[in-house]
Amino acid sequence: MTHASKTRTVLITAAAWVFGLSWALPVVYSLWAAFHQSAYATHFDIAAPLTLDNFVHAWHAAPFPRYFANTIFLVLGIMAAQFVICTLAAFGLARWKFFGSDILFGLVLVQLMATPDVLILENYKTLQKLGLIDTLTGVGLPYVASAFGIFLLRQTFKSIPKELDDAARMEGASTLQTIWRVYLPLARPIYVAYGLVSVSYHWNNFLWPLIVTNSVETRPLTVGLQVFASVDQGIDWSVICAAALMTSGPLMIAFLIFQRAFIQSFLRAGIR
Amino acid sequence: MQPRRDSRLNIHVQGWLLALPAVVLLATFTHIPAVVTVIDSFYSTPRGVRRSVFIGFDQYQAMLADPIFWKAFENNLLYALITVPLAIGIALGMALRVNGRIKGRAALRLAFFTPTILPMVAAANIWLFFYTNDYGLLNQIIRAFGFANVNWLGSNATALWSLMAVTIWKEAGFFMIFFLAALQQVPPDLYEAARMENAGAWTVFRRITWPLVMPTTLFVAINALINAFRIVDQVIAMTGGGPNNASTLLLFYIYQVAFSFWDSSYAAALSTVLLLLLGTIALAQFYLLDRKVHYR
Repeated sequence: MTHASKTRTVLITAAAWVFGLSWALPVVYSLWAAFHQSAYATHFDIAAPLTLDNFVHAWHAAPFPRYFANTIFLVLGIMAAQFVICTLAAFGLARWKFFGSDILFGLVLVQLMATPDVLILENYKTLQKLGLIDTLTGVGLPYVASAFGIFLLRQTFKSIPKELDDAARMEGASTLQTIWRVYLPLARPIYVAYGLVSVSYHWNNFLWPLIVTNSVETRPLTVGLQVFASVDQGIDWSVICAAALMTSGPLMIAFLIFQRAFIQSFLRAGIR
Repeated sequence: MQPRRDSRLNIHVQGWLLALPAVVLLATFTHIPAVVTVIDSFYSTPRGVRRSVFIGFDQYQAMLADPIFWKAFENNLLYALITVPLAIGIALGMALRVNGRIKGRAALRLAFFTPTILPMVAAANIWLFFYTNDYGLLNQIIRAFGFANVNWLGSNATALWSLMAVTIWKEAGFFMIFFLAALQQVPPDLYEAARMENAGAWTVFRRITWPLVMPTTLFVAINALINAFRIVDQVIAMTGGGPNNASTLLLFYIYQVAFSFWDSSYAAALSTVLLLLLGTIALAQFYLLDRKVHYR
């Protein structure tokens, strides 16, 4: 390597590092505030003692345990329901050309654009009629038949050789048994991908749960955090930062551990 | 063997039975509400004893005369036109850096990707602190360089741009992974050949990298565009559309009209406009993109 190109490499690396550091700055700043006493929140002293007080304070100041339970229940419930309902529809659409199947698939894709959050008012009225306002079922229900899930699984099922299907049927398996024994195991990586995308989407979803829930018993973390940050607190930024980090914590930790799986999933699934 | 006719009929019935739960839910929460929204936009909002009556295009005329609608519309267009290209450009830059050999590559990737995993509401609160007037880090840095404090979220001139920064910050890392995947598909012999020809870095980018990541760019751009017209979380969490509607966006205005002003028909008319906008982008996607490339 020539001297000039060596200098260039060093410069590019340095520039990338400065950029990366400034990109991380908001998160680093909030980490700093969350792990130090309020007095140090905006006063940088490397010797300042670390503390978990802000997290403890946030945890007790608002019903965060309940919010956590709500979110976990919500994301797992949506994921399970999506798996069942999207699998059934995707299988029919992938394997059979039945009466109206093309039009049906086109209608399914409409939901990629007209997502439930665009139709908030009408969906709110529908939930009122069903008596599902302020319930977790109501928060999850509009997302259960996901066009994205049906699309993704349909593409996957189409790539599975039909011979496997026929072989199972020769042995007398019903349609549901064939799906269970042949299609589910072969499509496992796609289910993992879809599951991760679905969980991170609904862990972060905000507008719809904000509209539908109005009590502690049903609020997911995002809405709980917003209520906490805007009403319950004065401006104790250390505590707000601690709460913000806490609500993202489990997902962040899961991401750090399963980084590769997460990234693969986002790639496989394409869009959220 | 069963008679052929019988099993064909069976397929029609079974197909619909399998799709039935999805069909019912999609109709209930997507198709019927979309149609009702359009119909409602031609009726007046029922208030107290006054019933809803057909008023034709009156809501749309009111919309044309509504300065807040125009503000939200302009803001949203600007938001899309600024954040989408910038986030994509930055994402491509990030991908090019961390794709090559560089010290601390894993740490850089993590720094770029972390914002993507944060819930928008959490990110918004972190940035609220970052933007705070007296002791926010941004103003501390600015003061260190001898400038005066800027009221980032509280002034007309900067509120919308401050929200855009958060969006770009959160999206770029997500787009980066698509570019990383695309870059890894570029055959190494192309770069080898370019090196033999002594091509400069810019030429290599323009002649090899850019054309090969073009389909990814289009795919990301269209999805980002659709998302840009559905942005609302950070508006609610950071500015509430203020000051003086300076940072209002379409979906936020719909939310306000529907759930703060309770003017359901006007909200329906606004939603119809948003649906039309999203539909246009989706059609563009249909004609512009060869879906097979990305969806396999």
